[in-house]
Amino acid sequence: MSAVVDERTSVGRLGDSITRPDGTAKVQGSFAFSSDLSAENSLWGATLRSPHPYARIVSIDVTPAYRISGVEIIVTAADVPGKATYGLITQDQPVFASEFVRHVGEPVAAVAADHPETCRRALGAIVVTYEVLEPLTDPERAIDGSHPPIHPDGNVIRHQRIVAGDVDATGEVVVEGEYEIGMQDQAFLGLEAALALPDPGGAGVELHVATQWLHEDRKQIAACLGLAEDKVRLALGGVGGAFGAREDISLQVHACLLALRTGRPVRIQYSREESFLGHVHRHPARIWMRHHATADGHIVKIEARMVFDGGAYASTSSAVLINGITHTQGPYKCANAVVDGYAVRTNNLPCGAMRGFGVVQACFAHEGQMDKLAVACGLDPIEIRLLNAIETGDRLITGQVIENVAPVARCIRDTAALALPDEPVGGHDGDPMRLPGGAGRTADARHIRRGIGFAVAMKNLMYSEGFDDYSTARCRLANGVVTLKFATSEVGQGFVTIAGQIARSVLGVDDVVLDPIDTGVGSAGSTSASRQTWMSGGAVNAACQKVLGLLFAHVAATNGVEAWSLRIDGSDVVDASGAFRLSVVEATSAISFDETVEYRHKPTEDLDENGQGDCHTAFAFVAHRAVVDVDPELGLVKVIQVATAQDVGRALNPLSVLGQIEGGIAQGLGLAVMEEIIMTDGRIRNPSFTDYLLPTFLDMPNVVATLIEEPDPIAPLGAKGVGEPPTISSTPAIVAAIRDAIGKPLDRVPVRPSDIIGLV
Amino acid sequence: MPVLVPTTLDEAVSAMAADPDAMVLAGGTDTMVEVNAGHRRPSCVVVVNRVSEMRSWTYDPVAATVRIGAAVTYAELLEPPLATLLPALAEASRTVGSPQIRHAGTLGGNLGTCSPAGDGLPVLSALDAVVPLASTAGERSMSVHDFMVGVKRTAREPGELITAVTVPVLSGWQGYAKVGVRNAMVIALATACVAVDTASASVRLAIGSVGPTILRCAQAEAFAASAVDFAASSASADAVRRFAELAAAASHPIDDHRASAAYRRHAIGVLASRLLRRAFPNE
Ligand SMILES: Cc1cc2nc3c(=O)[nH]c(=O)nc-3n(C[C@H](O)[C@H](O)[C@H](O)COP(=O)(O)OP(=O)(O)OC[C@H]3O[C@@H](n4cnc5c(N)ncnc54)[C@H](O)[C@@H]3O)c2cc1C
Repeated sequence: MSAVVDERTSVGRLGDSITRPDGTAKVQGSFAFSSDLSAENSLWGATLRSPHPYARIVSIDVTPAYRISGVEIIVTAADVPGKATYGLITQDQPVFASEFVRHVGEPVAAVAADHPETCRRALGAIVVTYEVLEPLTDPERAIDGSHPPIHPDGNVIRHQRIVAGDVDATGEVVVEGEYEIGMQDQAFLGLEAALALPDPGGAGVELHVATQWLHEDRKQIAACLGLAEDKVRLALGGVGGAFGAREDISLQVHACLLALRTGRPVRIQYSREESFLGHVHRHPARIWMRHHATADGHIVKIEARMVFDGGAYASTSSAVLINGITHTQGPYKCANAVVDGYAVRTNNLPCGAMRGFGVVQACFAHEGQMDKLAVACGLDPIEIRLLNAIETGDRLITGQVIENVAPVARCIRDTAALALPDEPVGGHDGDPMRLPGGAGRTADARHIRRGIGFAVAMKNLMYSEGFDDYSTARCRLANGVVTLKFATSEVGQGFVTIAGQIARSVLGVDDVVLDPIDTGVGSAGSTSASRQTWMSGGAVNAACQKVLGLLFAHVAATNGVEAWSLRIDGSDVVDASGAFRLSVVEATSAISFDETVEYRHKPTEDLDENGQGDCHTAFAFVAHRAVVDVDPELGLVKVIQVATAQDVGRALNPLSVLGQIEGGIAQGLGLAVMEEIIMTDGRIRNPSFTDYLLPTFLDMPNVVATLIEEPDPIAPLGAKGVGEPPTISSTPAIVAAIRDAIGKPLDRVPVRPSDIIGLV
Repeated sequence: MPVLVPTTLDEAVSAMAADPDAMVLAGGTDTMVEVNAGHRRPSCVVVVNRVSEMRSWTYDPVAATVRIGAAVTYAELLEPPLATLLPALAEASRTVGSPQIRHAGTLGGNLGTCSPAGDGLPVLSALDAVVPLASTAGERSMSVHDFMVGVKRTAREPGELITAVTVPVLSGWQGYAKVGVRNAMVIALATACVAVDTASASVRLAIGSVGPTILRCAQAEAFAASAVDFAASSASADAVRRFAELAAAASHPIDDHRASAAYRRHAIGVLASRLLRRAFPNE
């Protein structure tokens, strides 16, 4: 698809393709990211980090650092006034390491000084004596108990089984595979940064920070600072991408603590290397799967074992694991299953949320299996997927019934129907840039083989397992102007367009003002799990609807018409007969309405010991087809085209949806062929963009997309979350295309040149 | 910290004499990375990309050489007539970084850094370029082979400036190829430059990223000179295969987090065979 852009941002209604209010500023470099924030009289903060993956801290001597002029304060674990640890699900991660450091880069101390250079010197002057311990880096050793616990909570963060149907069922066809997913980084461009402003007398603190969830940050910060939550105020600093890496605390507590202790504003900014150490990553995983099917290709049973390496601290590992194992079957019917899943603790870098959240790993494995099954049953990759495609009303291996619109077969058919690229290998004009190797001119067209791969994904939307998941929004209407207030983190996903579109459509106004995003209103929940259009959109919609009710009652009372007969037509309130018409501007000229609403999705349940329960809220579906040119001799690839049909419910802003699709595919491509944090013995080898490779424009394929719009009756606006699905099955589709080109199995991402050649 | 911005070579050389350990800054695409990473803390900076003598290039048709000022950028090397005179250098320049890097980065800076993965260097090696160096003591010139000493080590003395590179213009096909995991803006895992000189009936092969510095493959070159037909632009499949084997054998790669030694060696063989075939398209 291509979206027609309506440049009039102030008049966009639901369904219009409007551009972001901050888009031009971002492109021109005038947008203020959180790293651009400053305050008069402010200090710089910096963090001392562990050089060891695992060690006991024998002593910390900060006195030499205090001798450096310009150093205001140095804080360590001993200075944390409240709770010593934080965490999203369990609070197992220290603000500063006290007894042990458990991963390279773990914070040990923080300094505030007059200049970043002073900070650097101060960090160098702090003397930490470590007793180095043997790190636990192999997840299997966390499971088999052969390494002593590296944390009081033990080395297994969570173990969960799913046992469904007849565990003894077998099929005539059996395929098996072992898959490995490397550690991907979110690699947002706007590095971690914050500005903390202390209240006079240290009574409280205001933090401007790039984050995904202001209220959860506030809860954890307040606990660690020993302050009441209302003494900690958060405002969203300009966010340069998130993708899950801003869901956990990084510098928040450090910045606030330094500001409170010095009584001066404190800024902290991470460098790229520090960012790699300072936030959670996508879990590396090893997945074994065995599919049983009938001879004609119907899945009978799936057996699986998944191991997610959570690194040193729990973060969201237990939820990532549940997402992984509950998506074992993918978007396919399956009655019988035995799945064993582990999320474990090691001395590798901590892992947590990243776009796709456990489903990326599961999907790479189940789609590899579907291709094997296709071969074993003599079917093509599309036929096998259509044959097994899940539908509304089907029961998942958790026992949960899919209530959502589930156009899986349509996703597959519509993707397959999109035109294949018409260009031959190397393009029509023989431009060497179009070949694998690109600018390096490594190949001529005759060296290249083209492959096509297919993959399909299912992704849960919103939070799961009984979490009280809600979003808050406030709507005020006066003089024809709507003012919306919410704490929804805008991390690039585009809620700043959606919110206004909802208000304009519901209330018939043109002018919508968005209040600053801060903790001055109730929680919006996290900008993650593809949830904000549904959740915060649901809250904005509900608040607007409430105001609409008040408006109609007011119009009815003042104009002698029946409230029930009124509706919005363009910018007017009209009645059913058509005789009455009054503009919203006039109707609200002397009066204002103000409503705040909390929106909740239907409750979910925990899984029982057999992994049974209605643990998820809703599901979205997507299919991808990749066309990839491969140089089999050098192992280089160029993705030529990715075609996709995505189940979006309803496209509230088609341009924005397309942005998510293209960006998500870029990230899926990155995992498929280049993005990996390489760790040896608990140490990161490539903490820079020199060696952690992200796709460039020359790596990005042409994307052809079809939006499948079947409004979901369960979704408040009919719209499903669209952020994660593009990242999920694009990866296995690309790998399938490479396999198709070279005719060899590939069971690991990212696929490296040596994997393609078959060199060890 | 003083930052000096001379506009003539004399001024630049005097600035260097005043502080021989001053950090020379051309495009800054290597130096600023090092400064930002805290690896380098200069006491003084001498900026050379406004020195007119170093910003220009000249072609001497009689000597058949191009003298390229050290501060000429990759973007400039990509434009004709320079790109036509030295096509392999243009191809190598196109592989460097992104448009931003190519507009700032210079050939002199590539030499100054002398990374085994420097993309300009295999071409300069294959073409037997000469590097003039200037100081208040005067100018001296040395072959690029002598200039490149080891991993990020050169024969430049403190206080000396690289003023230019003098590159012979050959009479045959030349080309460059670079293997990286990404299709642009990537550090080379293996590179190769093949340059044919029909006048002397020779084939040159220089390889990069597979040793402490750029390597010339003498055996492969000697073999090729005897095995190809210059007049018919032809080489047999066997000759191409043997050339590739000799090239791979000449490499001394290491294992690191970017690639294994085995992959790099393999890649050199593939690049050598493909470049030789481009040079001699007929079987
Ligand atoms: C994002 C990025 C991508 C890159 N990609 C590539 C790539 O693909 N291929 C590649 O080869 N390189 C690459 N580089 C490295 C760099 O761009 C090149 O090495 C470039 O040629 C350096 O030139 P410069 O003018 O910027 O040098 P500078 O950084 O200014 O200097 C480099 C070194 O040379 C010395 N120096 C410079 N000029 C002189 C002189 N006239 N006399 C004496 N000493 C001198 C400096 O003191 C310094 O030691 C990349 C760098 C970045 C940041």
